[in-house]
Order: sequence, then C-alpha cells, then structure tokens
Amino acid sequence: MEDERSFSDICGGRLALQRRYYSPSCREFCLSCPRLSLRSLTAVTCTVWLAAYGLFTLCENSMILSAAIFITLLGLLGYLHFVKIDQETLLIIDSLGIQMTSSYASGKESTTFIEMGKVKDIVINEAIYMKVIYYLCILLKDPVEPHGISQVVPVFQRQSLTLSPRLECSDSHHSLQPPPPRLKKSSCLSLLRTWDYRCAPPRLANFFFYF
Amino acid sequence: MVLKAFFPTCCVSADSGLLVGRWVPEQSSAVVLAVLHFPFIPIQVKQLLAQVRQASQVGVAVLGTWCHCRQEPEESLGRFLESLGAVFPHEPWLRLCRERGGTFWSCEATRRQAPTAPGAPGEDQVMLIFYDQRQVLLSQLHLPTVLPDRQAGATTASTGVLAAVFDTVARSEVLFRSDRFDEGPVRLSHWQSEGVEASILAELARRASGPICLLLASLLSLVSAVSACRVFKLWPLSFLGSKLSTCEQLRHRLEHLTLIFSTRKAENPAQLTRKANTVASVLLDVALGLMLLSWLHGRSRIGHLADALVPVADHVAEELQHLLQWLMGAPAGLKMNRALDQVLGRFFLYHIHLWISYIHLMSPFVEHILWHVGLSACLGLTVALSLLSDIIALLTFHIYCFYVYGARLYCLKIHGLSSLWRLFRGKKWNVLRQRVDSCSYDLDQLFIGTLLFTILLFLLPTTALYYLVFTLLRLLVVAVQGLIHLLVDLINSLPLYSLGLRLCRPYRLAAGVKFRVLQHEAGRPLRLLMQINPLPYSRVVHTYRLPSCGCHPKHSWGALCRKLFLGELIYPWRQRGDKQD
Repeated sequence: MEDERSFSDICGGRLALQRRYYSPSCREFCLSCPRLSLRSLTAVTCTVWLAAYGLFTLCENSMILSAAIFITLLGLLGYLHFVKIDQETLLIIDSLGIQMTSSYASGKESTTFIEMGKVKDIVINEAIYMKVIYYLCILLKDPVEPHGISQVVPVFQRQSLTLSPRLECSDSHHSLQPPPPRLKKSSCLSLLRTWDYRCAPPRLANFFFYF
Repeated sequence: MVLKAFFPTCCVSADSGLLVGRWVPEQSSAVVLAVLHFPFIPIQVKQLLAQVRQASQVGVAVLGTWCHCRQEPEESLGRFLESLGAVFPHEPWLRLCRERGGTFWSCEATRRQAPTAPGAPGEDQVMLIFYDQRQVLLSQLHLPTVLPDRQAGATTASTGVLAAVFDTVARSEVLFRSDRFDEGPVRLSHWQSEGVEASILAELARRASGPICLLLASLLSLVSAVSACRVFKLWPLSFLGSKLSTCEQLRHRLEHLTLIFSTRKAENPAQLTRKANTVASVLLDVALGLMLLSWLHGRSRIGHLADALVPVADHVAEELQHLLQWLMGAPAGLKMNRALDQVLGRFFLYHIHLWISYIHLMSPFVEHILWHVGLSACLGLTVALSLLSDIIALLTFHIYCFYVYGARLYCLKIHGLSSLWRLFRGKKWNVLRQRVDSCSYDLDQLFIGTLLFTILLFLLPTTALYYLVFTLLRLLVVAVQGLIHLLVDLINSLPLYSLGLRLCRPYRLAAGVKFRVLQHEAGRPLRLLMQINPLPYSRVVHTYRLPSCGCHPKHSWGALCRKLFLGELIYPWRQRGDKQD
C-alpha cells in the first residue's frame, strides 16, 4: 500500500513523503528532495568563471583559467557525491531494527542499521531555527551503564521537515493499525501513534538553538 | 515476536529436504545453514549432527522441512513431511515451501506444545531473510561494542541478532567441509556443495613457510642478541643510540621482522591481520627504498649531491655571520647595549668560524659517506629518511648550540629578574613550603638588589633579541625534522593490507548489514535480502593502525609557549623512553 504527501522544508523547498506499507511488521517512509536546479548551477559556474577571468586580466596568467575549470569540476563532483542528497528512506522492521538510507545525487548510498535491542527510546526534540521545528530522534542504549544513553541519532538527518504545532503528519497514525498484542517490545511503532500534537506531547526532550 | 528465518541464497534452488541449522530462542530466529536432501537414514543424520555439534560447539539441529516442487505438495507428501516432525523433534517446526519457477514462498512455523500466553495462537508469523553464506562466513563484523573476535564465546541475549547469525555461520565451518563429490552418508546443499574452495598457491606457501620462517627467525634472534650485547650499553654508544632516530627506526623494523617470521601461528584474526599489515608495510618500505636507491646511484647524482653539500653548509654559515653582524649593529632600529652586544656577537662568530673549519676538514670524505648512506636505502625508505633527519640535525648542530647558549642566558636572566622583583616588593620564595613568603631585608641587601635588578632589566632587550632569533632558527630546523618524522610514521603505521582488502573485497570488513525488501504480495510472508555494509575507510585506518614509534609532540601548544617564554629548553620530538633534560 503506497501513499504520497508533499511538505515544505525550512528553506521553502518542496519535499515529498512516500509511505509504503509492506506488512503489519514492516513499513517504509521515503522522503525525496528537489533535484539540483539548472539555474543555481549556471549562476555558480558563471560567478566562478567571471571572477577567474577578472583575475586573468589582472595577472595575465592562463593557469588561472585552467585552475578555475578544474575547481568548478571538482567542486561539482564533490557537491554531488558528498552533499546533495536526493532521497532519504526510513525502513522499520518489527523485532529486527530500523534502517536509514541516504542516497546522494551521484548514486552513492549510505546506510545505517540500528538493531531493535539497541534502541532505548524514540523522542521528539524541539529546535529553534527562525521558528520552532520538531525532529524525531532515536536514543541508543549505553552498554556500560543501563540507564544511560550512548548516542542520539536524528532521523532524516539532512532534510528538516517543518512540522507546525498542529503537525500535518498527524494522519500518518491513521494508516498505522494499533499494534497487535504480541508486539510488546516495539516501542517505535507505538510512539508513532502519538505524533498528533492536538493532545499534549508525550515527551519534550531538549531545546536546541540553531543559528 | 515475529519469527525470523535466515535462509542462505545458495539453497534457494536446492531440491526438497530437511532444514539444518541453529535456533536462537532469545531472538526468536532460526539460522538455516544447509539443506539435507532425500533419501536419508534418520540415525545417520543424527550422528552427523552430533559430530558437528561436538566439533564446532554450535547447537546444530534439524529445524524443519524445505519443499521445492512443481506444484502444491500433495496430501501424501504433506503427511510425510509432518511425520518427519515426529522423527526430529524441534520447537518450533518450520515448513518452507516454494513452487519451482515461482517467486513467492509460503512459510509456516508450528509449535506442538500448548501456548503459555493466553491468546497467542499455535502458529507464529514468519519473516524470511536471505543472506549470502560465503560472504557472511568470510566477513568480520565490526560492531561498535563488540570486538572483531570470533572466539567471543556463546552469544547471549545482550548481543544482537546479527552478531548471533555471523557467529553461527562462522563457527559451523565443519558442516561445509563436504561437497557433492564426497561419498558421504548424507547429501547436503550449502555454499561449498558445488566444490570446496582451495588454492594451490596458498597450500604451497603454507608448506614452504615453515622451514623459511625457522631459518629467518634464528637469523633475526642472532642479530638481536648481537645488538643487545654489553658493548652497546656503554656510555658513548648508548647515548648515540638513544639520540639518533635511525637506531630507533632500525629497532622498530627489527621488531616487525621478528613478528612476521615468528614460528608461532596467529591465534585470532586480529593478530593475523596485524601480521599481514606489517608484511605489507615492510614490502612497501623496501620497494620505495630500492626506487630511491636506483634514482640516487643513477647518473652519479651522489657526486652532484656531495659537491653541493659543502658549499651549502658554507652558505648557511655565511648567512649566520651576516645575521650576527646585523644583530651587533642596530637591528630593526632597536638600540642595544653596545658592550653586551659585542661580547655575545663575537662569541657566536667564533663558534661559526670553528664550525666552518670542521666542515672544510671533512669535505674530502663527504662523497664516500654519502655513497654508503645511500646504500642504506635498500633497508627501506624509512631508514633513509631517518638518516636524512639525523644528517640535518648534525649539520645544524651549531644552531642548536647557539639556541642552548641563548636560552640558558635568557633563563638565568628571567629567574634573576623574578627573584629580584620579589625582593623589591619585600617577598621571598620559600623553598621548603614551595610558596612566596614575606621577608624583611636589610638596607644594604635592598640596595644591592635594586642595583642588580636595574642592570638586569636594562640588559634584558639584548639577551631577549638574541634568544628570539636563535629560537626561531631552532624551531625552523625542528619543524623540518618533524615533517620527516611524520612521513616515516605514516609509512610505518598505515595498514595497507586492510585498505587493500576494503578496496577489493569489501564484504570481508563489515560495519553492519543492510536490508532490502524483495517483491511482496499481500498475504505472503515478508522477504528481505540481507547484504553486508562495508566499513568506511576512516574506520579501517583507525581500527587497524600499526603502533608507531610514538614521535608526536609531547607538549600542548600552551605548555610550549610557556616554556619558550621562560627560556626552558624544548625538545618537541622526543622519542619514547628518553630521559627528560
């Protein structure tokens, strides 16, 4: 069963959220971001080359022009391979774990898989970045200290969903059926039901200020 | 919990039979290791499983049945399969079924005993996870909390599903030793059933390595016995041995070679990887050294170098003389104390004069020395670089001496000034209590103290300037030596074998796994494909770094600045084990 909704991120770009329901124990959420626009690419290239041409007229050294071409190519390759994310996917498999995949514009895919036994809790954090935004985090258990937390892993690291206090994702919980009574340990699926902020939020973990 | 069945991809097209593997009750998962085909005699199957259990310490058992037939199983076959459950009792009993040529599977898991929890049905939901048996067998899992060590012992509930699966497959190598060409009592299907993997070269190397290792190990023990003899512990040689970085590097390489050629077998994969990394590092070193050697000895470059060396040393000495003349005048417009200036300047000029005479004395022998030093490059590039660093240290010995003189003078002045400053304020340093105490001085003590304080204060700029100039020169030399040492360190500690493994066989070093959902139909069990997620390069270097000489700066920047200000001598690249000055 597939479902698609569109949202907007902090900078105003369009994001599309696809939800796939494979079975009662497996769900996938796929967030796709806008592709690299030709306009911004042309603008950046023109600026760099104009600056290089300006330097060339000052210094009369043709190495500057070849260096500018080299820098532009390397910069574009580096941006596509390390920075520009096309799609982020969250796959939740009951009693196995949570998998987060980011696919970059150059085709590189980086995957992290967190086993269910390591997940301590899932919380919603608030951050203040021009306005209040909310993001989901997974808290991992500390192997040494039973009540401690070893790591906080934000879900959808690169794309930030602006969720207004009324939480447009609230109807996602309608697609989730109530968990069957056997699934006692799947705290993640039960918490996703409480994304609806019309009632009091379950946990407000921290305030983060971003400038 | 959903029951997870890990199924090897090599058995997907195997004929019908029994599922052999291990059941992990804490994680409710069944790891299928092989498929046992019909016909078989149950008693022989039980004997084989008992043998495997004893040899590998893994609880291998019959988990269920596997059915791969043209159409849906008929009634009689169904009853036959059910009766097998009585012959090999196992809770829960798995029944996997696939149509020949079809994509979708059907899985059932039944429990014979009455369910303990009310409301839980007798059948569990099953999730199928396919895994590549060869890759999982050969790979090493690098979980953040678990060390990559296969002898981790029995997996407990605190380790996860993945560690249990990898551990089970790795320890069940005994089960995979027979292939279909063996005339055994039972016929198994697993990743090696088409033919056991082996390599002639590896076997030959293994046979030959025994005597070679023995010979080389005895040679190396002879060399280390010679180097540990008493002559080298006497004062001049032991002092030289601790100061020269070449000796340190040679010692380090001797340790490496002893490790490589030791006749003891590696106990665990970590030791084996370290040996392999050491071999790769030594080979790279020697290869680069031989390249350097061929470059140096071709086209009489050594002659050119030797011819250029003495004029360069002369030029450096001349530049130092010019610098001292400049300091003896009015450097940068500052007004110096003329008498002290002349004394210090003449003192240092005399030293430079001595130094130039020594260089000129040595100039006939320089080419021979360089030729022999160039030969040392065949021991490795690191040895050649260490020698270069030592030669630079020897050639700039006069700069080091000037720095020591200037620093001692400045240090003395600063200490004098600080204690006389305390006298000014009527205080004294209490050595017993290690603190500043008040003290009443006599009038004549105060008079002398004030006079001396004034003298020292007005002489401070001259001394400080000389100290500054020579410290800068010394720091320049130290920086060059430091760069060379960094390069040597890099060659010593880079784990080339692990990096090559990560590049060519990424599944061998696993940071974790990744799952992919295969084609799914409603009502059918969920099918996932488990693939290995390789370790990122930065973590490979961090985990498998070889221990280096330890020549990185001992002081933080703040401590360094403090020492410079007070005039204490600095030795930023002290080797490990040296005594402090």
